[in-house]
Amino acid sequence: MTDPILKIDGVSKRFTRKPGPIVSGIDKLTGRNSTQTVHAVNDVTLSVARGEVLGIVGESGCGKSSMGRVVSGIYAPTEGTVTLEGKPVARDHRGNVEKLTTRVQMIHQDPFASLNPRMKVGEIIAEGPRIHGLIPAREVQERVRSLLEQVGLEGAYANRLPHQFSGGQRQRVAIARALAMQPDLLVLDEAVASLDVSIQAQVLNLFMKLRRELDLTALFISHDLSVVRHVCDRVAIMYLGRVVETAPADELYAKPLHPYTEALFGSVPTLGTGRARFHPIKGEIPSPINPPKGCAFHPRCPLAGPRCKAEVPRLVTPSDNRSVACHLQDGGTGTQTGATA
Amino acid sequence: MSEIIAENIAAVPSAPPVETRAKRLRNFWSDFRESWVAVGALTVIAVLLFLSFGAPLVSPQDPYDMAMLDWLDAFLRPGTEGSGGYTHLLGTDNAGRDMLSAIFYGLRTSFVIGLSAGACALLVGIVVGLTAAYFGGRIEALLMRIVDLQLSMPAILLALVLVAMLGQGIGQIILALVVAQYAYFARTTHGAAKVERGKDYIEAARSTPLPTHRVLFKHLLPNVLPPLIVVATVQVASAIALEATLSFLGVGLPLTEPSLGSLISNGFKYIHSDRYWLSIYPGLALMVTVVAINLVGDQVRKVLDPRNSR
Amino acid sequence: MSAALEVKGLTTQFSTRKGAVTAVNDVSFSVQPGRILGLVGESGSGKSVTGFSIMGLIDEPGRIIGGQVMVQGADMRKMSTEEQRKMRGRAVSMVFQDPMMTLNPVLRVGDQMAMAVRVHDKVNKAAAWERAREALEIVGIPAPRERLQAYPHQLSGGMRQRVAIATALLHRPAVIIADEPTTALDVSIQGQILAEVRRLADDIGTAIVWVTHDLAVVSSLADDIAVMYAGRIVESGTAEQVIANPRHPYTRGLIDSVPGLHEPGQDLPQIPGSTPQLVNLPSGCPFRSRCPRATDICASFPHNTGTEAHSVLCHHPLEAT
Repeated sequence: MTDPILKIDGVSKRFTRKPGPIVSGIDKLTGRNSTQTVHAVNDVTLSVARGEVLGIVGESGCGKSSMGRVVSGIYAPTEGTVTLEGKPVARDHRGNVEKLTTRVQMIHQDPFASLNPRMKVGEIIAEGPRIHGLIPAREVQERVRSLLEQVGLEGAYANRLPHQFSGGQRQRVAIARALAMQPDLLVLDEAVASLDVSIQAQVLNLFMKLRRELDLTALFISHDLSVVRHVCDRVAIMYLGRVVETAPADELYAKPLHPYTEALFGSVPTLGTGRARFHPIKGEIPSPINPPKGCAFHPRCPLAGPRCKAEVPRLVTPSDNRSVACHLQDGGTGTQTGATA
Repeated sequence: MSEIIAENIAAVPSAPPVETRAKRLRNFWSDFRESWVAVGALTVIAVLLFLSFGAPLVSPQDPYDMAMLDWLDAFLRPGTEGSGGYTHLLGTDNAGRDMLSAIFYGLRTSFVIGLSAGACALLVGIVVGLTAAYFGGRIEALLMRIVDLQLSMPAILLALVLVAMLGQGIGQIILALVVAQYAYFARTTHGAAKVERGKDYIEAARSTPLPTHRVLFKHLLPNVLPPLIVVATVQVASAIALEATLSFLGVGLPLTEPSLGSLISNGFKYIHSDRYWLSIYPGLALMVTVVAINLVGDQVRKVLDPRNSR
Repeated sequence: MSAALEVKGLTTQFSTRKGAVTAVNDVSFSVQPGRILGLVGESGSGKSVTGFSIMGLIDEPGRIIGGQVMVQGADMRKMSTEEQRKMRGRAVSMVFQDPMMTLNPVLRVGDQMAMAVRVHDKVNKAAAWERAREALEIVGIPAPRERLQAYPHQLSGGMRQRVAIATALLHRPAVIIADEPTTALDVSIQGQILAEVRRLADDIGTAIVWVTHDLAVVSSLADDIAVMYAGRIVESGTAEQVIANPRHPYTRGLIDSVPGLHEPGQDLPQIPGSTPQLVNLPSGCPFRSRCPRATDICASFPHNTGTEAHSVLCHHPLEAT
C-alpha cells in the first residue's frame, strides 16, 4: 500500500456517565459503582491510502458511527491518535471545535436533519468556504453554481430552502457542501441508508463519478454489505467497538476469514437467489456497556472454544493485505473442534 | 398517524417550486385566518395600539397637563359635558381628568412597558438559554438552576422586591419585569435549543468547522425562534398585567404618569361610593388587552405547531 | 381454497392543502392461507397506506373512498365500527415498523399481552398469561416466562419486535399485515425474524402481507410480490416471476438499482428523476416521465397486459420468458 493519508492509531473512545451527587453519595456509603462506561471504540488501528475508499461495516453498537466522528474530529479520542498526513485532525483535545481541521468533511445519514431548514442551499454550501476564505467573495456565487451542477442539480436551485427538495436532492446538497471545503478526506456516515433504492443508486453513481473526477479519499460507513461491496476498495468489519477483520473488498466477499463476517454474509437476504433458507446468527448483540470478556463474539460464535472466553484475540495478518482478529487464525481456540487454522 | 403519511406524500416534490419569504408569510396568514376569534383579537390589538400610540391625536384631553385639569370637573358621570365643552364619554376622575383620555395614555404606558420588558427579557432569555444548551456541562447546570429557582417563586413577588429596591419609574419597572420574566424565555430557549442541538445540521456546522458564535446565532437561534414567538406574546400580556399589579399595589407608576394599573388603583378608592367608572373602565381596557394578546398568541402557537401543518 | 384476504379496488384519498391525494388507487390482490405477499414500493408509493386501509386505520384527513376488503370472505368495509374493532386482532392484526406503537411502555409485557387476549376472549388472568407465553415461544423468544415479566424498555429492538409479532399472533388471526417490521433492525436480527415469520406461514398457515421497500428481503421471504408505484400495483405475480422476469419497466429498474448484482465500481443502472408527487398526478401511466420505453400511447392509463397470474400495468411490457 502506498503512503497512507489517514492513520488511525490505537484509537479508543469511551463515553462515561457519572452519577449525580446524590447517587454517588449513596455509592460511597454502599460501595457500589453507578458509573457507566460505554466502550464505543476499542483500540482500533486503521489506515487509508490517498484515493482509497475504506468501508466500515457493522451492526448497531459496533462503534462505526463513533469511529466516523472521531475521524472527523467531532469526538476527541479517549486514547490513541488520528492523523491526516501526520497532523492530528483535532488540534485541541479539549474538544474545541473551532480548532478542527477543514480537510475532513462529513456527510450524514439523514438529509432531512443535516441541512439547516432556515438557510437557502446556496448559503449552506457557501458558508464554510467563505468563512475559511477558501473562495474569493466575488467567486462564491459562481462556485456554488458549479458545485450544484457537479452534484447533478441546477445552479438556479441555490435560492431554495431545503424543505423544497426530495431526500435524494438534499443528499446531493449535503455532498456539495462537503466538497465545497475541498476536503482531503470524506467521511460518509450511512450516507445512502435513508434513501429509496432508485434514489440510492443515483447517489451511489454520483459518489463514484465524483470519486473518479476528484480522486476522493473516503471512509464509507454503512451497515449495507452490498452497497459497501459496490463502492469500497477495502473493508473493515467492526463488532462491539473492535475491528475484527480487514481485507480488500473482493477478497473479503470471496472468502471471509472471521466467523462473524461469514455469519453476517449468511444472514443478509440477497436478490435473485430465490426463496432462502435463513441461517441467522444466534443470540442478540451484547451491550457495549458490558461487552463479553475475551473475544466479544464468542457467545454467538459456533466455533468458539475455551480460549475465546478468556483472551482477546490479536489482529493477525494471514496475508499481505488482510488482517483478522480470531484465535482460529492465531493458534486455535483451545479445543480440537475449533482448531482448524 | 395518517397525518404523518399525508405529509410524507405531499413532501416529495419532483421539481422544487420557488418559495419566497413572502409566500411563507402568506401561508402563515392563511392559516392564522382560520380562526375568526384570533383575527378579531388581532384587530382589537391593532385598534388599541393605534389609540394608545396615537393618544395625543385622538384623545380629547392631555391628562399629563395639569393646567388642563379643572377641579370643577371632578367625578363627572360618563356622558356628562364638562367645562372643556365636550362630552366625557367615560366620565372624569377625582382630579377632573377625562377617563377616556387617561385610558388611552395609560394604555400607551402599559404597551411601552410590556413590549420593551418583553423584548429585553426575550434577549436575555435567549442568551442564557442558548449558552446553557450549547455548552452544556457546568455552565448549563448553573444557569438552569438559577432559572429553575426563579421559576419556582411567583414573578410578582420578585418584581415587588426589585421595585422596592430600585425605586419608582418606567425604567426601573421595565428592569424589574425583565429580571422577573427572562426565566420563562430562558427555559423555553433551552428546551428547544437542546432538541435542535442534537440534530445533524448543527453537528455538520460544528465539524466544518464554523465559529461558535455563527453556529449559535446563524444555525441554532433561527430554529428555536418559533416557540419563543409564542412565549413572547404571552409574556408581553403578562408584563402588562404585572405592571398593572405593581401600580395597583402602589409601588409602580405615580398617577402623574398614568398606566392602566395606577388608574385602577386610584379609582378603586371610590368604587364603594358609586363612582364605579374610575376603576371599571381602565380595568376593562386592561382585560381586553391581555385577553386579546393571549388569543392571538394561542392561534400563533397552533399555526407554528409542526404537527398542525398539512 | 378460499383466500384469507382479498382486496378489491381499494382506494384511499387524503385531502391536503394542495388538493386531494389518491394515496391508494384501485388496489386489488389476494393472499391465500400460509402464503406471504411482499408489497414492495418506494416512499410515497402508497404501500403503507394500503396496509392501514386494510386495517381500517385511516383517520382524517384520509378517507377510504372505495373498494372491498374481504377477510375470510367477510367484507370489513361493510361492517360497523364495532364489528371492525372485533375483527382487528382476532381475524386480522398488524405489526408496525416501530414496535413501541403497539407496546405500552409502563406495562409489563405479560400484562399487556394478557390484556390483548382478554379483549376478545373471556378467560382468566392465568390462562391469558399462558397464552401470551405460548405466543412468545412461537416467535422463538428464549426464556419466555422471564420476558413476560419485563418492561418493553428492558428488551432490545429485535426482542420488542418479536413481542409485537407475538401479540399480533395471540388470537391466531387469519391475516397479519406487517409494515416494514425489520427495517429498523440489524441484519443478523432481521435474519432471525424473517426465519420465524416464514415458519409462521408454513406451520400455522397465517396469511401475511409484508410491506417493505427492500426487494432483497421480499425476494427471499415472500411467495408472491406486488410492486406499487404512485398508489397503484403496477406488477404482481409469484416472487420468482417478478424477480427473475420482471415485466414492468419500473420493476426492472428497481431490481437493477440494487447494488450487489453488478460488477463493483461500475455505474448502477438508475431510474432517472424522483418519485412523483401524488398531488396533481398527470393522467395516464404515472411512470412514463421516468420510463425508457414510454411512447405517446402512455398518456392513456394502461390496462393489464400480462396474464392473470402475472399481471403488469404497462403499454410496453418487457418480454415474458
